[in-house]
Amino acid sequence: MKPEEQSRRQQELAGWPVTIETYRLGDVYHCTIANVDPGARFARADGATREEAESRAIEKATRYLAQTRRFTT
Amino acid sequence: MATQTLPSVLVTTDWVAQHATDAAVRVVEVDVDTTSYDQGHVPGAAGWNWTTELCDTLVRDIIPVKKLEELLGKTGIDNKTSIVLYGDNNNWFAAWAFWQLKIYGHEDVRIMDGGRKKWLAEGRDLSTDKPSFPAKTYKASGADLSLRAFLPEVQRAVAGKKAALVDVRSPQEFTGEILAPPGLPETCQRGGHIPGAKSIPWGKNCNEDGTFKSFDELKALYAAQGITGDQPVIAYCRIGERSSLTWFTMKHLLGFKDVRNYDGSWTEWGNLVGAQVEKP
Repeated sequence: MKPEEQSRRQQELAGWPVTIETYRLGDVYHCTIANVDPGARFARADGATREEAESRAIEKATRYLAQTRRFTT
Repeated sequence: MATQTLPSVLVTTDWVAQHATDAAVRVVEVDVDTTSYDQGHVPGAAGWNWTTELCDTLVRDIIPVKKLEELLGKTGIDNKTSIVLYGDNNNWFAAWAFWQLKIYGHEDVRIMDGGRKKWLAEGRDLSTDKPSFPAKTYKASGADLSLRAFLPEVQRAVAGKKAALVDVRSPQEFTGEILAPPGLPETCQRGGHIPGAKSIPWGKNCNEDGTFKSFDELKALYAAQGITGDQPVIAYCRIGERSSLTWFTMKHLLGFKDVRNYDGSWTEWGNLVGAQVEKP
């Protein structure tokens, strides 16, 4: 199978820039979210539609990002 | 390819598409996100889980030799197999696996340049089938610890300045503004960096498509921070996987002689009682 309907975009979640990537493989949409710097994937979800996969992944990502603290240097 | 002088450690996505199922070749995916393999992988590729299969699960350590021999054997790998590694996040954990395979003396191990990112971007075939392989017997050599730095060596490097330290984390981690990459668990008590370390974030090794930069670009990147290969170098990050990629770059793409990966990394140093932390 080939990945279809690939998309990649950057947006901000919980104050952090992230990259959201989605593709469809067969009947399943796969979405992964990575922080822009250093570029680590930290949330993913699958779904029957693009919207379902992305909304699930974004919900997880937002929850994880809310736990990242910033310190004064 | 990153270099004209040491090309044998990298293969292209084209090469993998043509040779992934060759009998003498075994392609293995190793990801930060251990579920990526299930989202579709290179047809015929095996998948290794770094959290359970590429470490000692009782002691914080790399994979024990017996466990490595079993893992390779059940993946259908013997001492003559060409192992091609790839993964997500521009091959972070593929480089981690490469580093461990070199510690245990596997001769022919390579990385697919661009990793999972490039394979996907090129719209190449993906499979969700998990292949099985006829078991083989693998015999590892003794561990080559000249590729690995432990805490005492890092402490000596700080005190005597006989080895250069390269911090490959993001600038925000280097300064101590954050303790872990956004969205990932904090694993240390203090932020900052090891005194004297140079900041060369891992991502500067790579192009936008995930491939490694050219030999000349990489040489200039490290030389700009005084890292020329004339003295021993120790790379570190948070848990040792991003620094595996930088270790790979310096050791195998630039050909620096004495390069070690400090896999204790910031998770060890940033939790160590009495250890000096530097903040810019």
